[in-house]
Amino acid sequence: MKIDYCVGIDLGSTTTKAVVLDGERHILGRGITNSRSNYDVACKVALGEALINARFSLIDGRLEHEGIDAERRRELLTRFELAFREQQYRSQLAALRASLHQHAERLALGAATTSTLERILGTMEQETTELYRVGASRKSDFFRDLAGSRYVELAEAIAREGSHAFDPLVGLFDKAILETENSTEAVGTFESHARKAMVQAGDPALQRAVTKVLSIELVQRLGVGTGYGRQRLPFPEKLIRSEILCHGLGAHAMFPQTRTVLDIGGQDTKAIQVDPNGIVTSFQMNDRCAAGCGRYLGYIADEMNLGLHELGPMAGKSCRTVRINSTCTVFAGAELRERLSLGEKREDILAGLHRAIILRAMSLLARSGGIEDEFTFTGGVARNTQAVKALRVLVGEHYGERKLNTSPDSIYTGALGASLFAWREVSRQEAESVEVLA
Amino acid sequence: MSEKVNPGAAATAALKDQSQERQKAMIAEHFRKLAEAPERGEKCVYTFVPGNLTELIDSFGLLPVLPEINALQSGMRGKSRDYIALAEKLGHSEDVCTYVKCDIGMLKSGNVGPTGERLPNPDLLLLSYTGCFTFLKWFELLGQEYDAPVTMLHVPYQGDGVVTDSMRTYVVDQLKKKIIPALERISGRAYDEEALKERLERSAQAEEDLVWVLESAKRRPSPIDAYFGGVYYIGPIFTAFRGTQDAVLYYRELRAEVEERIALGKGPVTPDGEIANERYRLVVEGPPNWTSFRKFWQMFAEEGAVVVASTYTKVGGVYDNGFRHDPDRPLETLADYCMGCYTNLNLPTRVQMLERYVREYSADGFLINSVKSCNSFSAGQLMILREVERRTARPGGFIESDLVDPRYFSASNIKNRLESYFQMIEQKRAGGV
Repeated sequence: MKIDYCVGIDLGSTTTKAVVLDGERHILGRGITNSRSNYDVACKVALGEALINARFSLIDGRLEHEGIDAERRRELLTRFELAFREQQYRSQLAALRASLHQHAERLALGAATTSTLERILGTMEQETTELYRVGASRKSDFFRDLAGSRYVELAEAIAREGSHAFDPLVGLFDKAILETENSTEAVGTFESHARKAMVQAGDPALQRAVTKVLSIELVQRLGVGTGYGRQRLPFPEKLIRSEILCHGLGAHAMFPQTRTVLDIGGQDTKAIQVDPNGIVTSFQMNDRCAAGCGRYLGYIADEMNLGLHELGPMAGKSCRTVRINSTCTVFAGAELRERLSLGEKREDILAGLHRAIILRAMSLLARSGGIEDEFTFTGGVARNTQAVKALRVLVGEHYGERKLNTSPDSIYTGALGASLFAWREVSRQEAESVEVLA
Repeated sequence: MSEKVNPGAAATAALKDQSQERQKAMIAEHFRKLAEAPERGEKCVYTFVPGNLTELIDSFGLLPVLPEINALQSGMRGKSRDYIALAEKLGHSEDVCTYVKCDIGMLKSGNVGPTGERLPNPDLLLLSYTGCFTFLKWFELLGQEYDAPVTMLHVPYQGDGVVTDSMRTYVVDQLKKKIIPALERISGRAYDEEALKERLERSAQAEEDLVWVLESAKRRPSPIDAYFGGVYYIGPIFTAFRGTQDAVLYYRELRAEVEERIALGKGPVTPDGEIANERYRLVVEGPPNWTSFRKFWQMFAEEGAVVVASTYTKVGGVYDNGFRHDPDRPLETLADYCMGCYTNLNLPTRVQMLERYVREYSADGFLINSVKSCNSFSAGQLMILREVERRTARPGGFIESDLVDPRYFSASNIKNRLESYFQMIEQKRAGGV
């Protein structure tokens, strides 16, 4: 059996997203990876992740076909996915280990370094089962973040006890992680991980479903690329679309009544107006300066020693929003430190910072032609609950009642639009070939 | 995609037509004359492009110097970064018009002009005020720096969108009572109305050909680019040389070249080749970026985007509305010319003009290049954008850069936005596919 699909890839400054769409324009899978200097690899990894996600959906479908109820399916799939991710992590950890040793050897760092590396990696390997236990929390889904934070913690502890200097260990990691994440082999294959994971999950119905899905061939018809790095995407020029068009169409596909779209990504903010067919009629983007974009929040998170995903919930606890004037990332950092020194609460300052970022977006929205009903908020920042809250308040103040759409999958909006363009191109090419035959 | 444009050829010599070579020679000659002026005892008048009184200045045997042109030339030649840095070091704020800072920096660096020759000091700063407030401050500064007299012609703003008799009389009175006496004083010559009329007659001849060239862009494909080409070789000649026989000949030659292009069905000439496949026809508002001028043009040319009409080419005078210098009303015609410059028009008139361009030139869209430090252009541009979009139902686009400060030209951002804009036009054309 085979399934045709089209893929849309959105190469952003922070993350690369892929959406796989079947012939019925249903989303089969979504994949995300952190962007890196090697765009080709980022695209391959994001597509690989989307295809893995697609196969998970197919497995879910098979389980449903076997008459298994939703709750049980969710439980089985969670177990299977965690076992699968554990295999994936182990595979990448093995690649990281090989690379670390290679670099240590090249730099002739000696036996002490080799044994220290083994000590760190051994601990990380032992912790893997726990990391992917059902119910365990992980700081990130990206190997770089997960392995990096633990490696650094362990290296710090070793340095504190005086067994090995910290800097050379981190230097080795920086080199090795680049190689690991830029290698498409390091992550392993779906089939080998799935086979191990289904045994690990240990359920006959699941095993049947996985075996069945493994026999399905996923055939790519076409891919369309978008995003900031779209010129570097491994697609021909005519299969590259501007992210403005893709976000407009993606938002329209998710919420068909959308007329205004706000997308806040890592380094740019876009305010887009679309017509009833999702065609862009006007847009504005931040210029010259990326103040008020996702990176701003990333910087603030670093300043406060918090995870990016922790900012929104913490700001949500605020009872009194502190007025932050600067949307300049660096100045906001200075303002943050000053406010802290004045004894302001972290949550109140954070609420102010979220309001500042949205105020800047409001200016772009006004310039693009205002906010029409319905209004859809997309991009990575749309996952931040406090950003959504601040936006809701400011939209109400400036434009009155507007239906504000958000989705947990909003980060994939651009990739979804691109995958829709890919299918349109397939239809166009088919129509052309029919014409030629006629 | 244009077939002949070679983006990789940025470092190669720019391709030029015969008229462009003529222009280059005329400009070189003009700067040589300026450099030799002190030695030959010739006097110089600094003045601005909008509302320039070139025919009048020339009738007194005086040489015009145009600081905006010097600034943009410095931008194109990679000198503006250092000039601006120097002006900022002297205390000029980051928000000041970068033409001003570039000019001040050039002055403080020895006043060497674009051809490498020293520019003469002004004997008179003739401030023709046509809607740009910065002009007042600019010449106030130059007045102090050079210890030169400033004479101001106050041109009333077309706030109601019309020129009234009393407005005209007001300008003519100033010309008679203030400007002409000042020019007589520094030149040592009496006002010669016949000499002025001769020059105005030649101006009108050149204007006929200029308008013909600009309106040739109504054809498909357009034989010219009316923005990049407009400021690069079609328009510049019009300010320092207006009223001269050289200008008449230049525009005659240019017209013949364009006629030939039309006969051969050729697109516009760009420094990197001809645009062989016109894909987008645009109307552009706002000044161009000069520091990355060629790269900026390439971003359009590579996509087959041709600018069929622009407003920046009208700051030195609006002629495609029928206005011609009229030798029979020498001072009145100068007054009308000054009041009609694009910078002196109110927003409704600008909107009307842009709407007309979009319609008459069958444009696919309307694009604004907004320059933050140029308040006279930027104020109200978003309102203009929305209104032109509403009236013409053509998509509007908005990009931002600067005149001559290279720090404010972000090539990847502008390219990104332009590509999105072109694809937006394409998508609308294809009905959403």
